[in-house]
Amino acid sequence: MNYDQARWTEDDDRYEPLLAEKRSTEVAVEDSPLPDDLTRDGLDLPDLAEPELARHYTRLSQMSYGVESGPIPLGSCTMKYNPAFTEDVAALPGAGTHPDRSEGTVQGNLELRYRLQEYLAAIGGMESVTLQPPAGAAGEFTGILVAKAYHEHHGEERSEIIVPESAHGTNFASAALAGYDVVELPNAEDGRVDVEALRAAVGEDTAALMLTNPNTLGLFERDIEEVAEVVHEAGGLLYYDGANLNALLGRARPGDMGFDVMHYNVHKTFATPHGGGGPGAGPVGVVEELAPFLPTPQVRKTDSGYETVEPERTVGKVHGFAGNWLVLIKTYAYIARLGDAGLADASAKAVLNANYLASRIDYEIPFSPFHHEFVASAGRDAADVARRMLDYGVHPPTTKWPEAVDEALMTEPTEAETRDSLDHLARAFDQAAADGDDALEAAPERTAARRIDQASAARNPRLSWQALDE
Amino acid sequence: MSHDRRGPAAETGSPFAPQTAEETAAMLDAVGVESEEALFDIPEAVRFEGDLGIEPRGERELRGELASLLDGNDDLTEFLGRGHYDHYVPSMVDHLSDRSEFLSSYTQYQPEVAQGFLQALFEYQSMLVELTGLAIANCSMYDAASALGEAATLALRSRSVSGTRILVPEQLQSGRREVLENYLTGTDAVVESYPMDDGNVDIDALAESLDEDCAMVYAENPTVRGTIEEELSTIGDLAADDDAVFCLGSDAVALALLSEPAAVGADVVVGDAALGLGTSGGMGLGLFACREDFLRQVPGRLVGASEDRSGRRAYTLTLQTREQHIRRERATSNICTNQAWVALRAAMHAAWLGPDGLVNLAEDCVRHARDLAERLDGIEGITAPVHDRHHIREFAARTNRPASDVRTDLEERGFAVHAIDDHLVQVCVTETNVEHADELAEALEVVA
Repeated sequence: MNYDQARWTEDDDRYEPLLAEKRSTEVAVEDSPLPDDLTRDGLDLPDLAEPELARHYTRLSQMSYGVESGPIPLGSCTMKYNPAFTEDVAALPGAGTHPDRSEGTVQGNLELRYRLQEYLAAIGGMESVTLQPPAGAAGEFTGILVAKAYHEHHGEERSEIIVPESAHGTNFASAALAGYDVVELPNAEDGRVDVEALRAAVGEDTAALMLTNPNTLGLFERDIEEVAEVVHEAGGLLYYDGANLNALLGRARPGDMGFDVMHYNVHKTFATPHGGGGPGAGPVGVVEELAPFLPTPQVRKTDSGYETVEPERTVGKVHGFAGNWLVLIKTYAYIARLGDAGLADASAKAVLNANYLASRIDYEIPFSPFHHEFVASAGRDAADVARRMLDYGVHPPTTKWPEAVDEALMTEPTEAETRDSLDHLARAFDQAAADGDDALEAAPERTAARRIDQASAARNPRLSWQALDE
Repeated sequence: MSHDRRGPAAETGSPFAPQTAEETAAMLDAVGVESEEALFDIPEAVRFEGDLGIEPRGERELRGELASLLDGNDDLTEFLGRGHYDHYVPSMVDHLSDRSEFLSSYTQYQPEVAQGFLQALFEYQSMLVELTGLAIANCSMYDAASALGEAATLALRSRSVSGTRILVPEQLQSGRREVLENYLTGTDAVVESYPMDDGNVDIDALAESLDEDCAMVYAENPTVRGTIEEELSTIGDLAADDDAVFCLGSDAVALALLSEPAAVGADVVVGDAALGLGTSGGMGLGLFACREDFLRQVPGRLVGASEDRSGRRAYTLTLQTREQHIRRERATSNICTNQAWVALRAAMHAAWLGPDGLVNLAEDCVRHARDLAERLDGIEGITAPVHDRHHIREFAARTNRPASDVRTDLEERGFAVHAIDDHLVQVCVTETNVEHADELAEALEVVA
């Protein structure tokens, strides 16, 4: 297994020129149907014909790496294969309606939304689901808004949210955005929640504990029932970060573990285009007590069809319209394609693949038994090792996080890899580990661009082609 | 039931898990366990033993199911806008953006294998810089509403601003106000609306309500009613007088024609691309651009130019110390997954149009709205446009009959319009529906 990226001759001072460097034109805005004082003077933009653009973007794609280029074992990101047919169904005629259509005229959309709400509720063990949040972090923020509204409705001013130190950065940021003080919870020595530390941390100020399970070390929080009890006894809510749900499909459900509110990263767990950073979608599921606070609108089934309703004590809207609809269509299609057995099998193979890969590499893996992802210690600069792995034809794992492991290589192969592919990944891990410092510092050599100076990018920010001339 | 290559999944497991039975057995052996079940470290008490009740379907079958579900939507010609616009997306955008190296790639944290996508996002940022005249553009937020929310939190963090009042127009797409209010949950800021006068900002009333406790003034061009704001510079001056951030809402098509935001004193521009996506059920692309001195307060990702080891220009995500994965609760935003692929599509669409095409498109939208309003004004029972203003793309029309009845009757004749008040409908016309404008007018002659 190999990959190659587009290459350019050595004597050029850049790889693919910018559109504006190929050709741009400044047009004057004049003789428009508007008075001059309402219009700009001119506009200077790239001015290329379609064949040139097609080549430009094809070259740019050749200088990018997707899951169809090779494995992307990025821990916590869950980069699994994106089925081609989900793209096609999201492009069906009828999918592209305007969000302000009256509900009687979009019964098909509403039925699909309703069915997806039901599917996700079943998968999460939740009572109600909103599809509106446009990404996982937006789902976190929504879930925290719902929790806050719940506490306020019960006359409680709780000011703190507890987050384990190894949690995703979004947990901290979402809690802070909602106005909470973040209380960081140290891990126990075994990498799991330290229940005694949790007991000491909870109190009448505790609004919620945000937790992912399996956690970011891939470990299942075996004491989850006790954790839930501690949080609930203090009057707090238990929030499930759905980033690692791919490890549990059909085998365990957040609702059954005592979680009150959760988000689903549908772009990780189900159909997974990821799109170079989005769009995703982050539906939120809640238990019955929290359902009245969900964003509006919710879709409900009636005797004659489907209608949208405003939950009784709704937090309002968390997206200008109704969320990332095309992503939700893909989610529905993916879940329906797999069904109960397929979903459970996806988890089984994801966990098997992680364990198999870990068994094949010569690295220290301090925490186990893990599920769908593990964190190996590079034993040297993890970013250097990662760049060297590029030369062996694979995308490296997540580096330097979580901090519980020194020079972490957080690895999640997902169910989409065959044994051969995992063996190849393992060789890349081991070859990078065996290479000398010189080789690591020279890496990568086989990619379109060589090692990039990130420090100078931050020291001297040039964020547009206009800034390149300065 | 199915002629799929693999499936139904009930028999073979996930069709997207490619291990054969032999491979699985060998891998279990290598790991040293008897079964996949043995790998799950889940206490019995929380194991799920039930059924989810989801029947697997074959690919062909599902395609039929989804086509049939979506056929359940009425086939209407939409004249809908109010912040979400249908512009024709060229085929090239679909075909090139669907290349799997774009579609299935991850956030560009490993820049050496993400140069192509990084460059495309750098180009997107650059086009937004040109459209706004502001020095900094990020490479996307979720939608116009979330971008507005982020602008308000940026304003509250800005050291040049001391107030807590966020002023917004009373006529505003409802989702924008609600999302803004939710973004401000964790602050002591309050959202207040200022009155509009005949569709545009009531300048005297705005001046009246501005004081030094005002952190941000938000205005839109075009407004939600489709009118073009005539006194943007005055609004910018008023905001500057009280050290408030002036945030302007717009979209990429309007920006190509209307007054350049930087030239009228805008500190931040937010909005929707209106390019690259069509209506798509409300999916958006949050534009975000601002003045250079807000650089370290910008929410979201930034792509910067740098050099690689061979001395050639290369691109990387930069200034990441603002972001949640580094700064955690002190980050400028909680955003992680954004709308990068939609930004790529918007950039492709803008490049396909070129400067002439983009300006012409915007000018056509001014003409289309003017012509249709004139045509509808000639119909008995309709006054259009309601606002004696210049418009782009859309306008409000007064109806003698209740607006909701007019809307319902139009739906039966195959058209969708907004009913925005008891006797006000709103109509949006672009290049995608202008050829049906006459039919809409004929239908309105019957139902108005």
